[in-house]
Amino acid sequence: MLTLFTKSSEKSDLLLLALFAIVVFAMPIWLAPFGAAYPDLMQRFAIFGIFATGFNILFGLTGYLSFGHAAFLGVGSYTAVWTFKLLGMNPIPAIISAVVVAGLFALVIGFISLRRSGIYFSILTLAFAQMCYNLAYSVLTPITNGETGLRVLQDDIRLFDAPTVGEGAPLISHIGGIEMQGMPGFYFCAVLLIVMVGVAMRIFRSPFGMMLKAVKTNQTRLNYTGVNTRPYTLAAFVISGMYAGLAGSLMCVIDPLAGAERMQWTASGEVVLMTILGGVGTIIGPIIGAALIKYFENIFSAFNDQTLDGIFSFLPEPLKEGVVNVTSLFVGDGWNLSLGILFVLIVVFLPGGVTEGLNRTGKFILRRFGIGRDPENEEKTSPAPGE
Amino acid sequence: MGDFISKVNRRTLLKGSAALGAAAFASPYFFTKSASAYVNDPSNKSSVILGFNVPQTGAYADEGADELRAYQLAVEHLNGEGDGGMMNTFKPMALKGNGVLGKKVEFTTGDTQTKSDAARASAKRMIEKDGAIMITGGSSSGVAIAVQSLCQEAGVIFMAGLTHSNDTTGKDRRRNGFRHFFNTEMTGAGLAPVLKSNYGTERKAYHLTADYTWGWSQEGSIKKYTEAMGWETVNAVRTPLGAGDFSQYITPVLNSGADVLVLNHYGKDMVNSLTQAVQFGLRDKMVNGKQFEVIVPLYSRLMAQGAGDAVKGIFGSTGWHWSLQDEGSKAFVKSFGAKYGFPPSQAAHTCYVQTLLYADAAERAGTFNPCGIVDALEGFEFDGMGNGPTLYRADDHQCFKTVLVVKGKENPSSQFDLLEVVEEVPAEKVIYDPNGDEFKGDLGACNAG
Repeated sequence: MLTLFTKSSEKSDLLLLALFAIVVFAMPIWLAPFGAAYPDLMQRFAIFGIFATGFNILFGLTGYLSFGHAAFLGVGSYTAVWTFKLLGMNPIPAIISAVVVAGLFALVIGFISLRRSGIYFSILTLAFAQMCYNLAYSVLTPITNGETGLRVLQDDIRLFDAPTVGEGAPLISHIGGIEMQGMPGFYFCAVLLIVMVGVAMRIFRSPFGMMLKAVKTNQTRLNYTGVNTRPYTLAAFVISGMYAGLAGSLMCVIDPLAGAERMQWTASGEVVLMTILGGVGTIIGPIIGAALIKYFENIFSAFNDQTLDGIFSFLPEPLKEGVVNVTSLFVGDGWNLSLGILFVLIVVFLPGGVTEGLNRTGKFILRRFGIGRDPENEEKTSPAPGE
Repeated sequence: MGDFISKVNRRTLLKGSAALGAAAFASPYFFTKSASAYVNDPSNKSSVILGFNVPQTGAYADEGADELRAYQLAVEHLNGEGDGGMMNTFKPMALKGNGVLGKKVEFTTGDTQTKSDAARASAKRMIEKDGAIMITGGSSSGVAIAVQSLCQEAGVIFMAGLTHSNDTTGKDRRRNGFRHFFNTEMTGAGLAPVLKSNYGTERKAYHLTADYTWGWSQEGSIKKYTEAMGWETVNAVRTPLGAGDFSQYITPVLNSGADVLVLNHYGKDMVNSLTQAVQFGLRDKMVNGKQFEVIVPLYSRLMAQGAGDAVKGIFGSTGWHWSLQDEGSKAFVKSFGAKYGFPPSQAAHTCYVQTLLYADAAERAGTFNPCGIVDALEGFEFDGMGNGPTLYRADDHQCFKTVLVVKGKENPSSQFDLLEVVEEVPAEKVIYDPNGDEFKGDLGACNAG
């Protein structure tokens, strides 16, 4: 069963997806013991899950490492907020326009960047993303509102919201009266996450996906056999750009504000970390990675000496003080440090990310209980989705 | 890809329904709102939680750290621990030193990273997860405005920390948001007469401005007041927040014909730009037959400490300074110094005062309901918190109090004694029309969630 996460046949896809849906929808229950079962964080899990899944379509399948994916996230966000400003607070048009614009954007950047591969491709995408960031941050201030961030204001046009203008109605995205905040907002993002994971699965298993894996394995050989790989890589780049655009627009659906820092290179690096942390080329891995990083960012950064005191209150006083002093380096503003350590440990000991860890544990347990080799290991007919 | 659809058979349908069932099972917990009249009502709890949302990383991290110290001190004093600080001088005061409305005050902290996105995520966590009833903090106007509108939508009170842009209580004012700190308009009104008497009326100014809401606001106010007294603005250049290296912006100043450089920067930006301006020898130049001067409209002791000798003789304004000799300031400096070993900054002061003001308003209102607190704070007049008699104006939720014009000390007696107060500008000289063109905004209705 655990091998489902990495190796699977078409048959098990739907089962996996159903299982995934149950896990996602039940997040409010099983995340509660971790202190993460509050809407804002779960929304972020879903949104960054979509972002990382999209990134994985490019990186996991073709091996092209884009270091500028946050640009599409930002473009999606700005498009979504502008759609809110012009058309009204319904999330559907905002999402559609954000995906389209991010896709077009990816087409242009991909067309240029994909002329090179390897490190040159990474540098090109990074350069484009930094350009976008600087444009949004200062040059295009009239469109993006610079550092302050783009917000929806009461006196915006909002064509289809006209009746509510002037009433001072809260500027929150809503469908049919249901405000996209709190739990409804989470379920909205969760449904989209499940759909997008389903789409990603289909791409992984399709002939198109096979072609992308071939690109990753040996692009030169493909070229020799007369296959033009550019259209395939470009398509993968655009698709993953659209995923990022969708994630960007969802960020604005749950909180109608777009800031330039979403495009900064640190944000681009974050999605690379998420994917590697979770497991490159696996369906579920990037989502686990995204959740881990967001968990660290939101929960670990909130620990302060007071909370630590509470946690270690069972220790005797002098010992407690020492433990609190040491641990406080790794929480609060030091959350990046503990994330860094986790990242190093995973890359060194589990190159396949958390999913590899899960697989190993699964196999270990199976062996331990004498169930023997699980049958799916024998089933070598379907290829593993990348390393 | 078509077979994805065709494979939906009975078994898949069952699995799908199982997923939906799980969702339906989970949802009642979250769709049912509690019977409380407002968000995070602490009525059945023994404690009340305040959210301290400050920058712990980024250009304003120093200010953020000092703010957090002040908040912790305020919580101690509210709970009746320590020496009480300003609770001994704050008048009129309803607080009893046993928490607020008999409930112990607890707090949760978060890192805004000086980014609107991160700040809103952190504030949302405080409201949704930790049950914070009030959010306070912010060391950047961009962040303060973003968090203020979030609090308005979420139905909690926002007590702004260090935010100096006019917009916080101007264009972007909100019914649930309050600001004790002063703004760029007051800086302009307070600073201009001092500049006039020291530098004369025929000056050419060159602005370097942090490119976000506060920088724009600061540049606008200084232009407005200096141009009114006859100065000419040669150029105003926007620099990105957290630029680090300002040499490329400072070189052109030398050839611009300007004889005054106005640095609309704050935090580490100001430390860097001022240090570099001095290193470039700007202050030793004679331009147009006059000594070249540098002005830093918004000063803080932390920045003066960072910039070292470069601040000597440079004019600016500040909200509060630890050397003030009124009873409130002395009490605050004493208890802050006793706990941390050094005097508080203006950021610490405003955050401490805001926390006490909130707690007092809740005590007077007899409720934590945001709407009750709004009523209690609007038009509230108080004294004994430093800065003399102060009014929380009802029209825009802005405090009016004494503004300090300061100058970098030539002969500091200690590492904290870096600024000397040149003038205390009384509130009536810096007050302005809340509905003037630059300030017009709509508070809207109070939101209790």
